[in-house]
Amino acid sequence: MSDPILQISKLNKSFGPVHVLHDVDFNVYPGEVTALVGDNGAGKSTLVKCIAGIHGIDSGEIRFEGRPVTLNDPRDATALGLEFVYQDLALADNLDITQNMFLGREIRRFGSLLSDGEMERRARETLASLSVRTVSSVRQLVASLSGGQRQTVAIARAVLWNSKIVFLDEPTAALGVAQTREVLDLVRRLADQGCGVVFISHNMNDVVEVADRVAALYLGRLAAEVPTKGTTTTQIVELITSGRSGEVGLTAAVASENI
Amino acid sequence: MTPETPQTRVEAGALPAPERASAFSLDVEEMSIREAVRAWFGKLRSGDPGALPSVLGLIVLVILFSQVSDQFLSAYNIGNIPGQGAYIAVIAMGLVFVLLLGEIDLSAGTAGGACAAFAAVGVFKGNLHDGLPGTLYWAIVIGMALVVGLAVWLKTYAGAVVVLLGLVLVLTNQTQHLVPALIAAVCIGAAIGIFNGYLVAKVGIPSFVVTLALFLAWQGVLQFALSGQPVNTSNYELWHDLTYGNLSVTNSWIFVTVIVSGYLAYTVLRSVRAKAAGLAHETMGLVLARGAVIATVAVLVTAWASQNRNTNPFKVIQGIPVPAAIAIVLMIGCTFVLTKTTWGRHLYATGGNIEAARRAGIDVVHMKVTAFALCSAFGALGGIMLASSQSSASLDLGSGNVLLFSVAAAVIGGTSLFGGRGRPRDAILGALVIAIIPNGLLLKTSLDPQWQQVITGVVLLIAAAVDAVSRRRSARG
Repeated sequence: MSDPILQISKLNKSFGPVHVLHDVDFNVYPGEVTALVGDNGAGKSTLVKCIAGIHGIDSGEIRFEGRPVTLNDPRDATALGLEFVYQDLALADNLDITQNMFLGREIRRFGSLLSDGEMERRARETLASLSVRTVSSVRQLVASLSGGQRQTVAIARAVLWNSKIVFLDEPTAALGVAQTREVLDLVRRLADQGCGVVFISHNMNDVVEVADRVAALYLGRLAAEVPTKGTTTTQIVELITSGRSGEVGLTAAVASENI
Repeated sequence: MTPETPQTRVEAGALPAPERASAFSLDVEEMSIREAVRAWFGKLRSGDPGALPSVLGLIVLVILFSQVSDQFLSAYNIGNIPGQGAYIAVIAMGLVFVLLLGEIDLSAGTAGGACAAFAAVGVFKGNLHDGLPGTLYWAIVIGMALVVGLAVWLKTYAGAVVVLLGLVLVLTNQTQHLVPALIAAVCIGAAIGIFNGYLVAKVGIPSFVVTLALFLAWQGVLQFALSGQPVNTSNYELWHDLTYGNLSVTNSWIFVTVIVSGYLAYTVLRSVRAKAAGLAHETMGLVLARGAVIATVAVLVTAWASQNRNTNPFKVIQGIPVPAAIAIVLMIGCTFVLTKTTWGRHLYATGGNIEAARRAGIDVVHMKVTAFALCSAFGALGGIMLASSQSSASLDLGSGNVLLFSVAAAVIGGTSLFGGRGRPRDAILGALVIAIIPNGLLLKTSLDPQWQQVITGVVLLIAAAVDAVSRRRSARG
């Protein structure tokens, strides 16, 4: 197994008196899909936002490619090659696929003139490299796309910049069966290209199917980080709901401490 | 575009060749004339009527009025329409920037009126400092200086430079000359817009309220500026010509040739380049056919405008009206900025989904401030045009229906009040509709002038209904 590309150890974060994250250890490996699971309020979003540089951290260490980094600003994270696809996707309906993929990072010539042809070509290359086949034109307005296609565009936007890690926040939450399929395939291909993928989801079937390892958060603590292979859905659910499952997970004392 | 197809289950790479070919198929194909027509109908069906409603409306109104009066289609009357609608078109074009963000600027008309009045007082009295009531002069100077600081703080450096230019012109009393005075008026407009943008984007007051308040306030400022005394602007040839002037016949031909050949060169180059890069492109046939149509229309219009259209034998009126040329040049400039620059792209994005724009790293405060600055600067230019067409900087310059007509023009042209959709072209087409109504009705002397507002209102309502229905279709489709 290769070394983790992102290594988080003993991360603590409090909002006033509320201790949201307790000594969380979390690793992301290149070419692997790491599922981040946990019940509502377990701290998934907070953890991701700490990595994104939206929240500062109280203590702990974040190492990226082996060297310690500080992430105080969303731009720090972007500069390292971390991309985040949030649940609401943040696409502008009145722009087309290419325009959305390059939004805020347009390719320019002569100062501030747009280079539309070049952007169109690269958008198509990126979508093609992800084997996206459901899009007939990168000049389609996003308003005319289905939920799965929108998710695809949002993910493609994230990988356009040779990103090292892509965080996906519940990418299948609002999708139908076929569209979920489409997105899961895409997530898999993303990892196969060598990208580290963090997949946040409440859907255990999706997690078991697409993820290589599962990190379960329980009340702000990392209950366990286990390989998906050999772990059952029931075990993951137990980790989510009670912080332990048989031998794996938090000790009984710690798990019941917060209740 | 059928995402639910079972093919998506097939693993990457295992896909049969024909399926693969369908991906991005539309991106590499050539667009011939027939396909262009089909694409246009498809767009229409999917709820994007574009310029069609306003063009149809124009045609209906023209047919209607040509039945009402045989003078309507006379060259003299048609030649007057640009002058009657230009100020609406200019203000509406400025409004498009703000409407694209889903905001509104109700104060553009009165702010523009006040700016034009400053220019009028400057040239008429020969000295802005003595011409304006004492406190008002210093209020302008200090206000502009503060706005320069505000603009720098908001990182709107271009705005700061423009306002600074205006400030220098005012302080050095260059406003005694006409051209610097008009430039200063536009700069003051930009300053007003930056202030609007600051209140909306930074302080967080809804733009409707901010600009409603200032709509009222600038009317008072205008009356202070004029000290109750309208200024005649028709004495200043250049100012008068903004509405009533015509390009000489030679200049008309040069103007039209430059614009049409520029357009042709651009579309041909775009097609050739896209083809070379392997992107979707229009076939040369389509490009040339469309260019030929546009060139023919332009040549016919110019030839027609080059004839003497005055019914009075003592004065020759010929050539393209200056206001039409101004509106066209501004439209081309605005369209270029909106479609070819990052700023324009970011403006559309901010109007379409402000959260997406913010996450993409776009400074939405900056976008709002610059949009409002442009809107008020265009408002000032519109105020100058309005004073020109009224031949006077009157005490109610830019108040009353001016702004509402301009908003109506933008909406009739197809600009959405909810942001994200609109073009400078809309402002021109809408302004033509708005200007033609009173023009046609005045020729029918038996019809009371009250009808003018009723009919304008009905036309606006129809335009809004077309917009709503087409949007519902696009949401459903």
